[in-house]
Amino acid sequence: MTEIKVNKDAPRQVVRMLVDNQPNVLARISSLFGRRNFNISTITASETHISGLTRITVVTGENDENVLHQIIAQTEKLEVVREIYLLDMKNSVYRELLLVKIRTDKNERSALHEIVDIYRGKIIDLSKNSMIVELTGSPEKLDGFMNMVSCYDIIEVCRTGITGIERGLAE
Amino acid sequence: MKMTGSQIIMEILLEQGVDTVFGYPGGAALNIYDTLYQYSDRIRHVLTAHEQGAAHAADGYARATGKTGVVFATSGPGATNLVTGIATAFMDSIPMVAITSNVANSLIGRDAFQEVYITGITMPITKHNFFVNKVEDLAHAVREAFRIAATGRKGPVLVDVTKDVSAALCEFEPKEAEHQVKMPTASDEEIQKIADMINQAERPAIYCGGGVPASDAGHELQELIHKADIPIAYTMMAVGIVGYNDTHSLGMIGMHGSVAANKAVDQADLVLALGTRFSDRVALNTEKFAQRATKVQVDIDESEINKNVIVDMSVLSDVKYFLEKLLPLVEEKKRTAWLEQVAEWRNASIAAQCPAAKMHPRDIIGAVCDMTDKETIYVTDVGQHQMWAAQFIKHRNTKVFLTSGGLGTMGFGYGAAIGAQVGCPDKRVIHFTGDASFHMNLNEACTAVSEELPIITVIMNNHVLGMVYQWQSSFYDRRYSATVPNRKTDFVKLAEGFGAKSFRAETPEEFKEAFAAALQEKGPVWIECIIDQEEKVLPMIPNGGTVEDIILN
Repeated sequence: MTEIKVNKDAPRQVVRMLVDNQPNVLARISSLFGRRNFNISTITASETHISGLTRITVVTGENDENVLHQIIAQTEKLEVVREIYLLDMKNSVYRELLLVKIRTDKNERSALHEIVDIYRGKIIDLSKNSMIVELTGSPEKLDGFMNMVSCYDIIEVCRTGITGIERGLAE
Repeated sequence: MKMTGSQIIMEILLEQGVDTVFGYPGGAALNIYDTLYQYSDRIRHVLTAHEQGAAHAADGYARATGKTGVVFATSGPGATNLVTGIATAFMDSIPMVAITSNVANSLIGRDAFQEVYITGITMPITKHNFFVNKVEDLAHAVREAFRIAATGRKGPVLVDVTKDVSAALCEFEPKEAEHQVKMPTASDEEIQKIADMINQAERPAIYCGGGVPASDAGHELQELIHKADIPIAYTMMAVGIVGYNDTHSLGMIGMHGSVAANKAVDQADLVLALGTRFSDRVALNTEKFAQRATKVQVDIDESEINKNVIVDMSVLSDVKYFLEKLLPLVEEKKRTAWLEQVAEWRNASIAAQCPAAKMHPRDIIGAVCDMTDKETIYVTDVGQHQMWAAQFIKHRNTKVFLTSGGLGTMGFGYGAAIGAQVGCPDKRVIHFTGDASFHMNLNEACTAVSEELPIITVIMNNHVLGMVYQWQSSFYDRRYSATVPNRKTDFVKLAEGFGAKSFRAETPEEFKEAFAAALQEKGPVWIECIIDQEEKVLPMIPNGGTVEDIILN
């Protein structure tokens, strides 16, 4: 049986899978999660360097070992799934991208600029009364930034959800 | 060689050894049916009254023969009518390939006449499905469908083919059918460890399910229980796995299981769960199920491990392989004290069976078993009659009890019986049903008449929706909401209208007479048996309960 090592302290669990790049593949995964009542916090999908294969990264709030085993074992049964495992959070890097549009007037602009700099974000669009900030990092960093700017007038927020990859090469 | 999409489908059916399909034609399926006409000398098509009946027939055919069942349907309503049948097969892991037609590719997504997104609809109830809108992809999809349906834990696969694809020409290369069956198998260490556990156990019990007949491991299982003196409880999906009168048989386990089966698993110190999933109708209380035992689970599907009940040890393996390897390692042993205790429970179970009413279902089922041979295939619908059949059929063989276990599909029976009889023309097929279940799909009588299938349908008519009525009686203070329909159906006349024979029996003597006459008929026969509406299925363990909560009368 597949051993599942769950780091219970981690705020989230990241399930990584490699799936056939074909129509409906995302629907098959999300349909399974839906019908089994597995929680999805975020889901990302993109093509890989291997033709015909798509990488899907699902972040789930579940951290019970048996539930995670169910997620892996049930998903693995789908014909389109080539590989699936739980990302070892200690040994991986993971990132998320945030775009946020904030209403600003000329008085607020420099203070905001300072916060963006501290978080190593970028102002990628500027108009007379608004700016768009781009920020990548761990979800905690993004949360921290959002907390800092919450006193401003936030117009729109987009977050991509996490994607992640293990450090080094498997021995 | 250039062939049309429809020809490719037929060629692959032949390649896979398919000689029988069930189905219903329609506009989008015209090309496929036209080609079927040309292949009619090699592929028999059984036309049903309704696509649901065809799906259940393909399912019943698969259960009875062990081969993959095939069903055809047209687009839109044809495809949606298959849904209940596909879901039924999915829940019971029955190999089935459904080939649906869809509108032409140019019309897909435009809400065309009789268009439905059947691959989306069936995503959660198939092992996999294919939408084929390029003829070049067709051969691969159909071959894959057969491979997936019959590999590992079996199940239904759907292939949806657009109408233009069924007419389009494409190069076709014949191929031999793949008979690869790469099953997960237990390691020698795992098997040795379990053998040691069995050898050391004082009160071992086996609890087995549909995986045992599915892997054809009945013979090995019987050897094991006799060699090591282990009593065996089975789920409804494994009825017939051990002889009805075998002293090691505890009977069915679970909600309507026997006292002996539920008691033995509760008291055992080792429970070996084989090809089974601890469903909510068996492990009614997941915390307390087999609470005194070390629980060992052997299953082919990893996702069944620890899904419902957390076990102490699990092995991912085909059950037949596991048992073959286990047998020589298990000591020949007499567990006299344990078996005596089990026998006591067994006898108590039999004594607890309520006194016979004028016409008790047990007597009807008993008479049927006495008057038929051991190859007889019994098919049921769903409800009280199904539980009585599971409890009282004197089975002596595996693959003889076809029932909708997981989904509990009322209306499953007649279609499944048709499929079983078509697949096994030399065997006797008996269809047990209730008046409510039978009302759902009795239209398939026309199919049984057209195909001259000598299926005997035994209708247990209590004039109510029996199982729901029973629950309302026990748990809802006799508020019989929508379970007393006051139907005036005259089954004898109705059968005649279909061109079938029919009898009505109010006493066991009348029934035996009718059944003897039915056995002489060449076509379908119905026997309506009038039973008491207050008759209950017992014993019963309520949801969430244990054997301590068992209701005996």
